[in-house]
Amino acid sequence: MNLTPEDVDHVATLARLGITAEDRSRFAEQLSDVLEHFRALQALDTTGISPTAQVFNLHSVMRDDVARPSLPREQVLANAPRQEDGFFRVQAVLET
Amino acid sequence: MHGTLSPLSSRKGDGARGGAFCPAIAAHGMLGEFGLMGAPGQPAGHTRHMHVTREHLVGISGDLTALTAPEARDLLVRRQISATELAHAVLGQIERTESQVRSFITVTADEALAQARAADVALGGSDPGATPPLTGIPVALKDLFCTTGVQTTAGSRILEGFIPPYDATVVARLRAAGAVFVGKANMDEFAMGSSTENSGYHPTHNPWDVSRVPGGSSGGSAAAVSAGQAILSLGTDTGGSIRQPASLCSVTGLKPTYGRVSRYGVVAFASSLDQVGPFSIGVEGSAMVLQAIAGADPMDATTAPFAVPDYRSTIRDGVKGLRIGVPAEYFTAGMEPDVERLVREAIQTLTSLGATVHPVSLPYSEHGLATYYIIAPAEASSNLSRYNGIKYGLAALDEVDMTRAMDATRQRGFGNEPKRRIMLGTYALSSGYYDAYYRKAQQVRTLIKADFDNAFASVDVIAAPVSPTVAFKMGARIDDPLAMYLSDVCTIPVNVAGLPGISVPCGFDHQGLPVGLQLIGKAFDEATLFRAAFAYEEATSFHRQRPPLAEQAGSEGSVNQAAMGAGKAGGPQRAPHA
Repeated sequence: MNLTPEDVDHVATLARLGITAEDRSRFAEQLSDVLEHFRALQALDTTGISPTAQVFNLHSVMRDDVARPSLPREQVLANAPRQEDGFFRVQAVLET
Repeated sequence: MHGTLSPLSSRKGDGARGGAFCPAIAAHGMLGEFGLMGAPGQPAGHTRHMHVTREHLVGISGDLTALTAPEARDLLVRRQISATELAHAVLGQIERTESQVRSFITVTADEALAQARAADVALGGSDPGATPPLTGIPVALKDLFCTTGVQTTAGSRILEGFIPPYDATVVARLRAAGAVFVGKANMDEFAMGSSTENSGYHPTHNPWDVSRVPGGSSGGSAAAVSAGQAILSLGTDTGGSIRQPASLCSVTGLKPTYGRVSRYGVVAFASSLDQVGPFSIGVEGSAMVLQAIAGADPMDATTAPFAVPDYRSTIRDGVKGLRIGVPAEYFTAGMEPDVERLVREAIQTLTSLGATVHPVSLPYSEHGLATYYIIAPAEASSNLSRYNGIKYGLAALDEVDMTRAMDATRQRGFGNEPKRRIMLGTYALSSGYYDAYYRKAQQVRTLIKADFDNAFASVDVIAAPVSPTVAFKMGARIDDPLAMYLSDVCTIPVNVAGLPGISVPCGFDHQGLPVGLQLIGKAFDEATLFRAAFAYEEATSFHRQRPPLAEQAGSEGSVNQAAMGAGKAGGPQRAPHA
């Protein structure tokens, strides 16, 4: 499996991860190596084998629907890089 | 029965980690007047069963940082030492050794002393034995457990300055158990790594040889306990991150069954694999910690609703009749000969104690690494999407566009390994590749788990190496992700199957570097792991040996170490870095 620098760009965009030109070629090489090493999996016959997402098959764990106190707003906002009027403040999402 | 059947039993190892008691305050917990009182004379295992008395101090350094957790508990309850003395001892050890080891990102000395004073008040009451079981015992926390008011970074610059407004469930439970928190231990960034070199802050050094890695990702937690900077510590294990550093630093480390311990308030790496567990000197300390932290938590729906057994009540039941499975697949080609020899000797020791050995086969384990390196990065790429500069952590405030700000925040804040894994995971989950990678890996996961189920139909525990090699040199694998990933080849399948595993010290290679024995148990059967591991350590003394660096901290200890070493074969008689 070979990842091209263009593949790396595409995946980086999906992951919202800025990368440098140097990252691009290094990741293309390193990720190709890793994927190549793991190719053996593709050869395994897994016909009829159900996937395991979680090992102990706990299903739909329910709790009582009871309100309980949550953190006060100022504590929740205390780590925010920017806040305003009790909200998280972010940069513009849509161009104006 | 102590050690009488083992070829290793002639060792008088207890002194190195021997009990101590302190009738009076001594600066930093060192009991200088006791340090030179002659040669060790105790039979192996003697001090651990009974109250430590003055006689037991013969030949023992009196260094409080050498205490095991049950010894510390015993001395605290009988008011032979105070929690404040013990806190001063470990904080003093941090002060003396931290420039060499660098176990911590944050040391919380003031908080520790305040907690210790509160512990002393509790222990000064009418019934000190009724105090919570970890009252006054110093604990280091891996820096991914949320701690109210104390910075929690997960080893990443992207979380620098993050002050959690709440405690992780495990932290709250240790607090309720009376623990004294000495600091936040260093780790590979977001627990991604096997050497603690991926920390965004600084690497941690192996106390046995500071030119080598302590393992990872919980390298700070392992090194801290090994160096006597804490009596106990807490780490997480996603692919070996407790067991491998425990092995490389010669301490006990337990990865509990998935679902045994709450992950609420633990910075997430791979949510179907992550599990919280303890480090200790001696198996019993790990049992004490698991007792305190295990059990269902309404804040984590993946915790199991099963009752938590009393681990210490069965820990001394021995291994007579215990069926130990040995999987040929885990004694791999790349394994160092000393590692294989010591692990096989350890299995032999267990049989000499009455266990029986049975070959088992885990053929799909060879695909564990590939399975893991698809599932774990996939989950990580999702978990790490929250670090985007909005709610907490680093933010690229200079960017005016939201998307570009996120790109820049993550580019600046994440180190290379998280970036690699985010890329790998995003790729494996992306359109067109999901079935080939992620679904395939989840199917192989089913097969790996089925192998273990089959094996456990006829054995009670499985014995294997922890790491195929001893601690490697710093820098040796940092630019070769695959070589680094191979460090975890013997531990990863256990996470993939969700099973419990423990690493216990089982000797030292020709360079004096530690090796660990891994025991793997049935789901939710940590009690049997503790029992087998405890029987093993009772018959040996490896867990009692301290790195010279820990002993060098007090001259008395050094003298004692030298006296102990005389006539002993195979142990680390010198500091590899000295």
